Amino acid sequence: MSLEITRMNPHFADVMPQEYTDLVENGPFGRDFGARDLGSFKELFEEHPMCAGCNLSLAFRIIVASLPNPADTIMVGSTGCNSIAFPQLALHNVHSLFGNQNAIASGLKRGLALRFPDKVKDVVVVAGDGATADIGLDMTLHSWFRGEKFATVMFDNEIYANTGGQESGMTECGEIRNMAPTGKKFNKISVANLAIEAGCAYVAVVTTASPLKISKCFEKAVLVAREIGPTYVQIYTPCPTNLKLKSSESVSLAKERSKGTYQFREHVSPEAEEFLAARAEKTEEQVRVTSKDEEMHSA
Amino acid sequence: MPDVELKPVSTEHLLRECQREEVFITGSEAVREAIRRANVDIAVAYPITPQSESMHLVGDLYAEGYIRDYFRGENEFAVMSEIAGAAMAGVRVFTATCGPGTLRAFENFPMWSGTRLPIVISFMTRGINSPLTIQPDTIEMGMLLDTGMIMLHAENAQDLYDMILMSFSVAERTSVHIPVGVFVDGFFVTHTRQKVKIVSEDVKLLPYDPTHSPVPTMDMETPPFRYMRDPFVMKSNYISYAAHASWQQEVMAAAERARPHIEAHLGSFVEQENPDAPIQVVACGTAVSQGREAVRMAREEGLEVGLVKIKVLRPAPREEIRRALAKAERIVIPEFNRTGWLAREIASMIPNNDRIAAGPRVFGGMTMPPEVIVDVIKGDVLVGV
Repeated sequence: MSLEITRMNPHFADVMPQEYTDLVENGPFGRDFGARDLGSFKELFEEHPMCAGCNLSLAFRIIVASLPNPADTIMVGSTGCNSIAFPQLALHNVHSLFGNQNAIASGLKRGLALRFPDKVKDVVVVAGDGATADIGLDMTLHSWFRGEKFATVMFDNEIYANTGGQESGMTECGEIRNMAPTGKKFNKISVANLAIEAGCAYVAVVTTASPLKISKCFEKAVLVAREIGPTYVQIYTPCPTNLKLKSSESVSLAKERSKGTYQFREHVSPEAEEFLAARAEKTEEQVRVTSKDEEMHSA
Repeated sequence: MPDVELKPVSTEHLLRECQREEVFITGSEAVREAIRRANVDIAVAYPITPQSESMHLVGDLYAEGYIRDYFRGENEFAVMSEIAGAAMAGVRVFTATCGPGTLRAFENFPMWSGTRLPIVISFMTRGINSPLTIQPDTIEMGMLLDTGMIMLHAENAQDLYDMILMSFSVAERTSVHIPVGVFVDGFFVTHTRQKVKIVSEDVKLLPYDPTHSPVPTMDMETPPFRYMRDPFVMKSNYISYAAHASWQQEVMAAAERARPHIEAHLGSFVEQENPDAPIQVVACGTAVSQGREAVRMAREEGLEVGLVKIKVLRPAPREEIRRALAKAERIVIPEFNRTGWLAREIASMIPNNDRIAAGPRVFGGMTMPPEVIVDVIKGDVLVGV
């Protein structure tokens, strides 16, 4: 989008809501803010009504702050707790049906590619474990098989949190949940393995215990999806409400799991590796040039 | 790419003023000839008999450069979502399905209307399971009546061709902007050859302009970017209920606002022959063709019988039906389904609906011999509402 769109009309400046003024004056459009800068700029996602200690909203905040190109990013969600978060987002976003997020994103990305052939339009899917691995698994996988160029993020709380804590395919084997009254009878689905097998160019498994890792992996996923092919980031986002945890305990659980059954994993295809290396080199070069400029300036 | 550069023209110009040539083609080929000139950006396909051939031919148009993107989706539910995503991005889309595919995709249709997507879709109607059938049957139409989409029913390949081409301009109006379904009876029309008058190959419809959408296109070019600060779903308060209710009413109002635009192309929602006859046969789709032959046969026997062809099911042709049947003493409604949804529709529109003989109904793939309709016209067979 043109940054002109968000420019304040001076005649309306005195009647515009403060939050709009803040977004124009100190928001991330056209500026280089990232997850490290959280707290110092006006975020695109805020004032959400999620539960205290909700790790989904934490992960949501981090990824929205880490978008490489927020002014030209469209996000697609699905039914679940994320559909309560999405209306608080100041980006074009879609909630359509439960499970169809990767199908919507396929059409959306292709449509935008036709309308804006000379412009980068990033499409990012963010959905829960139920939407991604159960009801929408066929569409998740087929978007990857087809090589659709957008990033898919799963907020994995290992439960249908929004409907009251039912077992999902991502629940660990043996856990007792609603609709699994005697414990889950089969293993957690390895969507990360499926993603690799389905041809995703970049796959990462992270937890909310490492916000900066989420940020880094997510940014790579968006960039690789833009240039090379589908990408997948799975983020463990424990739900204090359904797990009956104190709100302060959910990140501790993520920390504990990150050392055991939810360890960091990353898969980078050779093509993605090459692309990311070239990009890092370019960034370094830019930093060198910039600091040289600064030196010359100060001299 | 097409051999000649296609000249973009208005729908009115294309359908009314362009020179037409008569060709002998199947219904599926009529779909291809309509889409060739429809300036479609993206089409998504999924096989199901008897629809498949239509979307094969649309695929050929993609290979020839008439469509900018085309692929086979993974199932009908996904295809309808893929088409929805493309429409949200602001491009013109087309797809088709039928019978079990329609039901597989069903959740998408009210979503399309509620999202105000100007999608044009064709349904080559077919029976639904069980037992398994691939034969013609219009049962799915009765199930789609309340999805919010505009519904047109083609009697023959000519209707199909014209209705598909006109649908884009109805669906894409700012004041309408809801999906249009063009229905045609599978096999009977799709797989038979008929004479169809098609316009020359050097024209196409003007492109879709997403800036005319009444809701923001999802492209981060159209403000507002934050358009809902408080999710009105899942809240238990009056404002939430009112927001949801008024949105749904607005979708219904959009269909009502489509009336003049549909009429501008079709002339009328219903066509009537022998309007003063005391017996009227009311039908849509190929049941109209069978009804027309039955009326001819009955008149030969000296009976006074008229025919009402319904072309538009949604928005409902209430006034038109009431007018057409004001003087009728007996109303015969032949249908290609077991549920008799059209008879129920008509019964809800007219006074004294005990005038209705809700039949004959054939299904399971059977044909409808006009003699069977004549039997009902004469009252030899008892059928109630």
